[in-house]
Parts: sequence; C-alpha cells; structure tokens
Amino acid sequence: MHRFANPGRFLRLANTLLPWCAGLAAVSIALGLYLALFVAPPDYQQGESVRIMYVHVPAAWMALFVYTAVAAASAVALIWRHPLADLVAKASSPVGASFTFLALVTGSLWGKPMWGTWWVWDARLTSMLVLFFLYLGHMAIMNAFEDPARGFRAAAVLALVGFVNVPIIHFSVEWWSTLHQPSSVLRLGGPAIHASMLWPLLVMMLGFKLYYVSLLLVRVKAELLAARLRARAYAALDAS
Amino acid sequence: MSAFARLVARDLRLALRQRADAGMVVLFFVLTAALFPLAVGPEPNLLARMAPGIIWVTALLAVLLSLERLFLADYEDGSLELLALAPLPLEATVLAKALAHWLTTGLPLVVAGPLLALLYNMDAAGLPMLVLAMALGSPSLSLIGAFGAALTLGARRGGVLIPLLVLPLNIPVLIFGVAAIDAALAGLSPRPHLLFLGALFLVTLVTAPLAGAAALRQALE
Repeated sequence: MHRFANPGRFLRLANTLLPWCAGLAAVSIALGLYLALFVAPPDYQQGESVRIMYVHVPAAWMALFVYTAVAAASAVALIWRHPLADLVAKASSPVGASFTFLALVTGSLWGKPMWGTWWVWDARLTSMLVLFFLYLGHMAIMNAFEDPARGFRAAAVLALVGFVNVPIIHFSVEWWSTLHQPSSVLRLGGPAIHASMLWPLLVMMLGFKLYYVSLLLVRVKAELLAARLRARAYAALDAS
Repeated sequence: MSAFARLVARDLRLALRQRADAGMVVLFFVLTAALFPLAVGPEPNLLARMAPGIIWVTALLAVLLSLERLFLADYEDGSLELLALAPLPLEATVLAKALAHWLTTGLPLVVAGPLLALLYNMDAAGLPMLVLAMALGSPSLSLIGAFGAALTLGARRGGVLIPLLVLPLNIPVLIFGVAAIDAALAGLSPRPHLLFLGALFLVTLVTAPLAGAAALRQALE
C-alpha cells in the first residue's frame, strides 16, 4: 500500500489502468442497459416500470459501497497518514453523493406508479436520505478550513462516525418491515430473482463499479496534478 | 475535588455569569414551539397529536444554538491548549464539557418540556414519559453536539456547519424519543423505545468523547 504513497508511481499506475477501466465501464454499462431495456422481460406485476430497478439497485449498492470506501480510506489516512488515502476520500464523496441522489430519484420515479407516492418515510428511504446528508456534510467540512490538511482529518473523523449508518441502511428492510421490499439478490438461500433479470442487474453493477473506479482515478490524478501546479507556482514565487 | 469535577464546575460558573445565554436557549425553545399553533391552526386535537414531535424537534434545534460556543471561547483564548496539556485525558475534558452543556442546556429543556406539552393540550398521561424520554435522550444530543463542535473548531462558517453535521446523527434520538411518548399516549409499552434511547446514550457516552478528543487534537495541532 505504501508503495503508492509516491505520487509519480501512482500516476503511472493510474495512467495504465484508466483506459481499461473507462473502456470496460462504457462497454458494460452499454451492454447492461441493452439487456435491461430490451432483453429482460417485463415484470408480471410491475410491467415495464421494473426496468427502473436496473439503475436504481446498482446505484443504491454503489452509494453504500462508496461510503464504505470513504470510511476505509479515512481510517487508512488517520492511522497510517497515507497521503493518497485523503485524496481518495475527497475524490469519492461527491461520486457517492451522486449515486445516492440517483438512487433516491429513481426510487421516487418508481414509487409513484408502484406505491402511488413519490416519497414515504420508510426506514430504508429515510436512512438513504441520511446517507445523502452525511455525504454533503463530509464534502462541506472538507472545504471548511483554511488549512486543507485539517479539513482532510476532520472529514475523516466524520466519515468514520457516519459509518454507523451503513449497516442501518443495509438491515433497515429486515429490522423494520415497512414499505420498501427486502433484498432479493444478496440473501440466504441464493437470489430470489430469475436469471433473465439477474444478469442485466449484475452487468450494470459491474459497469457502475468500473465507472466509479475510473472517476476515482481521474479525480485523484487531478488532485495530484493540482498539487504539483501549486508547488510549481510557489517555487516560481520563491525564485522571483 | 477531581480535575473532572473542577472542569465541570468551571464551565457551570462561566455559564452562571452569562445567565442570559442559558435563558435564551429555553426562550428559543418555547418561542419556536409557539410558532406551530399559529402556522397550522389552533385545533386542539391536531396540536395534542403533534405535541411530542414538535417538542422534540424544537429541543433538537435549541440544543444546536449553544453548541458553537462549547469549545470556541476556550480555543480562542488558548485555555483549550492548556486543557489538552493537563494530566486529565482529553476524552474526559470533552465529557466534562458535554456534561456542563447538558446541565446548562439539556436540563432546562427537560424542565420546560412539560410546560410546552400543557400549551399543546397533550394528554397528561404522557407527561411523565415526556420528562423521562427527554431526560434519557437529551444527554445524547449534548454528547453528539460536543463531537460536532470539536470537529468544526476553527472552520469557516462553523455555525452553519454544525447543524449539517449534527442533525443527521441526532435522528435516532428524535425517532425513539417521540416513539416512547407516542407509545405512552396510546397506552402501549414505551419500554422498547426507552431501551433504545438508553442504548443510544450509552453508545454516545463511549464514542462521542473518543471521537471528540480525536477532533480536538487535530484542531490543536
């Protein structure tokens, strides 16, 4: 892990990985969308609206996955003072917030025809909304200090405290039997979803994950290059 | 007298010298709660139904008011650095600050809660539960708030940041605090909700000083 504390080494790795990740992400999202919109059958109850699920479920998974990544990066940053971990946390949280927003919006669009309402104060929906606020708080505190290093550390502590919400979201459909349906993919006894619907979902999932990795590489790269530019500007100031 | 007790006593003495500040919090609590009947209409049944929720939400907001100055004065005049150097662990300092905050903010709110319940026409059967739930829940609010205040110390727009960070973390207290009173009013057992409030208090009692001290150390670096 500490091998990549060297920005130059990380940049080389990122430059090699990026085209592959971005290309695979584009291919799997395109394939996933094709499978989801044209190949997968309509649901016997939900009709064509079920196709919203192929975006909604991967987005919701990614919302949790990215927060877990932010929390893990924050722990690494606090414990080992790894310089890239802070940048990973900083680069991830807007992406995670966007996934959370996407999950909330698609869920709302699906809820209107299915539940007859845009929003209910169900345990899953409420805890997702809290996750969205946690992301916003993380982004806000990151930029609230004159000294960026202080912002990184304050945001890392907040990310670790906010992690309590992740298991609450995951188990909310089991602990409180409210409106949102329980998981039908990750459960004991195997997926309760037919292969014709499961495959598009998994392909979309893969696409979203690769998309996140590509964005992460681009954003961390941009942060590193910005730091390099700043250093160069300071050096020029010193020289003059 | 131990260093911990002395620190609590110091904060209480400082609060007593600025008596108006503590009074302001209760005033805010009553005033905000008084706005709801004007906005939704004075229909007694509706108000009685909404009373537990409104009292808890306004209490949550009132607690926020005094959070910013929890560490700020000590941070600005440098006493916080001396407190960090003192033999008392920083975790205990955070706990003492949170305790003093609860005594000057949370406790007055617990006392003022039943008064608001009367204004809202709430069934008297729910009053003991209101006091119990607020007494059990408000320390958690002070502890979470102390963590938020430590985290935003020295931040630009700290006063605006604190609500954004603290309110999402306060939601569980709000949910179970209201549920306990609603259960008592409906004649059901409030026990599970009270157990949850107690569990939240114990969890925050352990984690908030740890996280708050970690945040303070960064602010002082």
